[in-house]
Amino acid sequence: MTRGERRNLAVGLTFISPWLIGFFAFTLYPVLASLYYAFCDYDVLTRPVWIGTLNFQDMVTDDVFWKSLYNTLYYTAFAVPLGLVLSLMVAVLLNQSARGRSVFRTLFFMPSIVPLVAVAMIWLWMFNGSFGLLNQALALVGIRGPNWLNDEAWVKPSLVLAGLWQTGGTIVIFLASLQDVPRSLYESADLDGAPAWRKLWHITIPLISPVIYFNLIIGIINALQMFVIPFVMFKTTGGPNRSGFFYAVYLYQNAFQYNQMGYACALAWVLFLLILLTTAAATLLTRRHIYYAGG
Amino acid sequence: MKRKPLQTLAVYLLLLGGSAVFMLPLVWMVATAVKPIDQTMTVPPVWVPYQWYAQVDGQSLAVDRVGNDPLSPGSVIVVAEETGERMIVPEGAMTWRVAPRWENFHLAIEAMGSFWRYFGNTVLLAVLTVIGTVCSSAVAAYGFSRIDWPGRDKLFILALATMMVPFPVLMVPLYSLFRALGWIGTLQPLWVPTFFAIPFNVFLLRQFFRTIPADLSDAARIDGCGEFRIFFQVILPLARPALVVVAVLQFLATWNDFLGPLIFLTDQEDFTLALGLQAYQSRQGGTEWHYLMAASTLVVLPVVILFFVAQKALIEGISMTGLKG
Repeated sequence: MTRGERRNLAVGLTFISPWLIGFFAFTLYPVLASLYYAFCDYDVLTRPVWIGTLNFQDMVTDDVFWKSLYNTLYYTAFAVPLGLVLSLMVAVLLNQSARGRSVFRTLFFMPSIVPLVAVAMIWLWMFNGSFGLLNQALALVGIRGPNWLNDEAWVKPSLVLAGLWQTGGTIVIFLASLQDVPRSLYESADLDGAPAWRKLWHITIPLISPVIYFNLIIGIINALQMFVIPFVMFKTTGGPNRSGFFYAVYLYQNAFQYNQMGYACALAWVLFLLILLTTAAATLLTRRHIYYAGG
Repeated sequence: MKRKPLQTLAVYLLLLGGSAVFMLPLVWMVATAVKPIDQTMTVPPVWVPYQWYAQVDGQSLAVDRVGNDPLSPGSVIVVAEETGERMIVPEGAMTWRVAPRWENFHLAIEAMGSFWRYFGNTVLLAVLTVIGTVCSSAVAAYGFSRIDWPGRDKLFILALATMMVPFPVLMVPLYSLFRALGWIGTLQPLWVPTFFAIPFNVFLLRQFFRTIPADLSDAARIDGCGEFRIFFQVILPLARPALVVVAVLQFLATWNDFLGPLIFLTDQEDFTLALGLQAYQSRQGGTEWHYLMAASTLVVLPVVILFFVAQKALIEGISMTGLKG
């Protein structure tokens, strides 16, 4: 290493030192500690005691764990694909409208910046069985709406619906990527007389496929960690027959209500593995269909 | 590209309908926030709150309408708002006017208890986290983009990889760490970490710094400028738009954060607005919808104002996260 290189290394490390310190203190140490606690009986007040894989064995027979896992996967399986389709549809529409695009974009985007606690309050009220807006609207067309959040069968669909409301960020990302698709491709398709849906399927979707993939992965990661809305709506009871009891809520409950920090860490690592596995599966399933223009 | 007028019409109708549906819950929140309680519980719903007035002895009295008088058709039973007096007046003497109850906001603030404490805490946290993130992420992003040093890009990939770690994994050890430091029940756990460069923001700023021509730094170096002067006097002024994006995103994240305050704050007096709103809702049990919606409106309002002030930066920032990802 020359003197100049050594100087650059020193200066470079100085500049990144805030991140480096943060990395050791607030990421690396917690990750390692959490991995260790996952194999311990730990209640924060006393020293952790090594118990091997007991936490993980407990999980297998823990009905609440399976229920919360099922609810979370159910939510992810519906909310993420529906969110992608809805946002893509809205983005395509926005991209078609030369005039008023920014006004409409604002209207679709605004709900996504509403703080989640307020989102939960708004939808508690929207879903109110007697006076909520949703059932009042259904009554207009002669449908007697269910008691959404108090009906075991409707809790998760309700949460999916509330989640779709906050899809504005995804819409904005899609819209930006649509604006990058070269106009000339559509023009030559027009010359061939291709109908709109074929242009969407054969030009738009392949060209923005990396962005679809990005939104899919981010969507999965966020959905699997869903916490605030079910927690505010149902506290730690999880709603009727725990149908709205989510994985992250159970994790929180173990850590900070039962003081079972070791079990909570074990749950957290299972969640981490689940995120890695699901994103890996999504990557494998979509890889063949993703087109990178750069090469 | 020429399009048929019918198709254009369909596009606009769908956009109009769709955006109306998206705005409806927010409109419903605000409409509920300024209603008297009885108008929250009606079928069909009341959109514009009103007040009944009865003409009695040439005076217009604000009244509650109880119902029709079963004994004399065409008359209604009313209760005067001010005196509580029960009266029977002919239907023809009744009028109503649009009357949003602005005092609901004041009453909701009182019902929430320490609203202004929550507000102050949240603003303080927002200011501290924005300063922390912008400064530390900018410095780190400079080190990751404008200086060449061995191992730089490998470390940056490590920084990006840490974004994959979900917060629940870090939650328990962070809690015990902050507990050992005596920070539980203070605001410190919520802002101190932001002074140590958040990878996502480092990523955004690095993307921006890379677009600034290297010649600018080189010219300054030839003039004898040190890296810190180049950072402060050349790069930072040029990076203002990107810094605004990071600041706005961090403000929103702090305002929105719920899990962090839930875990690390113990004393009601230290709560943030998000936590305070939830605490208020679970205390009152969810019957006074007008107050709950008024309180929610107050929590949402600053975010909406910020959105309109910084719309351009925000939309650009969000678009950027997807494109360069």
